[in-house]
Amino acid sequence: MLEVVGLTKSFGAVRANDEVSIDLVTGEIHALIGPNGAGKSTFITQVAGDLAPDSGSIRFRGRDIGHMRAAERARLGMARTFQISSLIGEFTVLENVVLAQLGRLGESMRFFAPVARDQELRNLAQECLARVGLESRHRERVSEISHGERRLLEIAIALALEPAAFLLDEPMAGLDQEGSRMLVGLLDSLRQTAPVLLVEHDMDAVFALADRISVLVDGRLIATGQPDAIRSDDAVRAAYLGMEQP
Amino acid sequence: MTPRIASAAVALLLLAVPLAGTVMDEPWLITLATRVAILGMAGVGLNLVLGYGGMVSLGHAAYFGIGGYVAGVLAHHALEGDPVLLWPVMLGGTDSMIVIWLVAIVSGALLALLIGCLSLRTSGVYFIMITLAFAQMIYYFTISWPAYGGEDGLPIYLRNSLFGLDTMDPMTFFLIVFAVLVVVICLVSMVVRARFGLALNAVRQNETRVRSVGIGGFRVRLVAFVMSGAITALAGALFVDLNRFVSPSMLSWHTSGEIMVFVILGGVARLWGPIAGAALYVFLEQVLGSMTDHWQFWVGLLLIVVVLHARGGIMGFASGQRSDDG
Ligand SMILES: Nc1ncnc2c1ncn2[C@@H]1O[C@H](COP(=O)(O)OP(=O)(O)OP(=O)(O)O)[C@@H](O)[C@H]1O
Ligand SMILES: [Mg+2]
Repeated sequence: MLEVVGLTKSFGAVRANDEVSIDLVTGEIHALIGPNGAGKSTFITQVAGDLAPDSGSIRFRGRDIGHMRAAERARLGMARTFQISSLIGEFTVLENVVLAQLGRLGESMRFFAPVARDQELRNLAQECLARVGLESRHRERVSEISHGERRLLEIAIALALEPAAFLLDEPMAGLDQEGSRMLVGLLDSLRQTAPVLLVEHDMDAVFALADRISVLVDGRLIATGQPDAIRSDDAVRAAYLGMEQP
Repeated sequence: MTPRIASAAVALLLLAVPLAGTVMDEPWLITLATRVAILGMAGVGLNLVLGYGGMVSLGHAAYFGIGGYVAGVLAHHALEGDPVLLWPVMLGGTDSMIVIWLVAIVSGALLALLIGCLSLRTSGVYFIMITLAFAQMIYYFTISWPAYGGEDGLPIYLRNSLFGLDTMDPMTFFLIVFAVLVVVICLVSMVVRARFGLALNAVRQNETRVRSVGIGGFRVRLVAFVMSGAITALAGALFVDLNRFVSPSMLSWHTSGEIMVFVILGGVARLWGPIAGAALYVFLEQVLGSMTDHWQFWVGLLLIVVVLHARGGIMGFASGQRSDDG
């Protein structure tokens, strides 16, 4: 589905990504973990097309998408969420989802019918909100909803793109225990819609969800494999897991 | 007051002033109201990019001016009876308002397309400076182009014609302008409520998010910019018909600044905001201008108050709402 080979990106002297290769196959959740500053967000941002890599190739749905802009990649079915919620603050929850549908349907250049009265768009958006449990909050302005609700809305927007792959950058960042538990359930169900590349610091969630795990340290991939193999990998323990838990 | 009522109040006030002018036999009031309607229309054009799209163009005098010169040059040639162009096609002048409006709209749109393509890749201060620079280029070009009066400008003697109406009659001309203004505002209202408007509003707030859902922000901004240029050019053509005179001053950066002041005073992203802003500006110009030479100082002070304390401008103040949609 998604195949990234040898992605490299430097910011001045910092090699944020050094020959990173990761693939995503149908039906899986592939977790990308690593300490702060390892280059996970940099990786996601390049795959999504918001940052140009220095070198490396990205294939998605059988096509080389390296030359495509972020918007084209999204229309091809690549749905990313942001580590720090990135929403349209003055819009309502529903409008944020409707906007994503305009993108998917390629309908942003329509000048006549009022969008707010389009029942079909509203219904589709409500379905996406229902999947994340926000359907009763659709009228709220985004600037007035809670942090947890914003995390959920990010996922509802991704769902509205009817994606072929999810790229989720720390969807649980800043959630309390209950919120995290709920989100684990939701993420678990996402893989039936499309495979998920999941960047996450919450190790309980990662080991509960992931079919495969890749470990990034200082811009380099040090291991990729099944959760059990990663858990017992010496290099990973030394570089990363060891710091957090025995 | 709901936003709808505030808008209706502005429209009615704009109609009431020339009626009062007729009743009291003070035709200058009619001319003043016509000026407000036209300047406001130029602001409606800018509002589309500044208010809804968040693009701070300090070069809208360029579109106002090109519309003005379209009207002036076509009317001039119609009067002289010589063609505007011999090659590649022969083009004559005209005194038909409809034709002039159409040519002004197309010219404004094309100029905005050109300037937009080159400037919309930048943002913030760079965008402000680039739009200003383009407008100044055209300003100096008209000054140094002797064929149409250069610095002195070009008089057109008679207003252009429309359906055999007596366009020299102030009230008739006002009603023409008012009708055009209402059509323009209805079109803008439709566009900003449509799917495109949602995308444009979103681009202003968070372009990264817009990209990530598959919408090209540049295209959205460019289309808004082109529509904006077309509207402001139409206002420019009407302005020249009002004054029966076109000069490079229409293109100076003062004009760009004034159009921006109308939008900000009236309330950004509000359909009738620029009309309210232009009305207040012209009112202050008349009232304060008769008392002091430094009236613009007071306008400046007012502007600062609005920017710091009442971002919704007059319309926001009157309706108590943060946007036209409530
Ligand atoms: N735009 C940028 N300009 C310069 N340096 C950057 C930029 N973006 C990231 N970096 C650097 O690249 C490295 C990787 O950053 P990145 O945000 O990808 O890490 P991360 O793995 O997502 O970390 P976290 O877990 O804290 O989110 C860091 O050293 C960071 O300082
Ligand atoms: Mg990160």
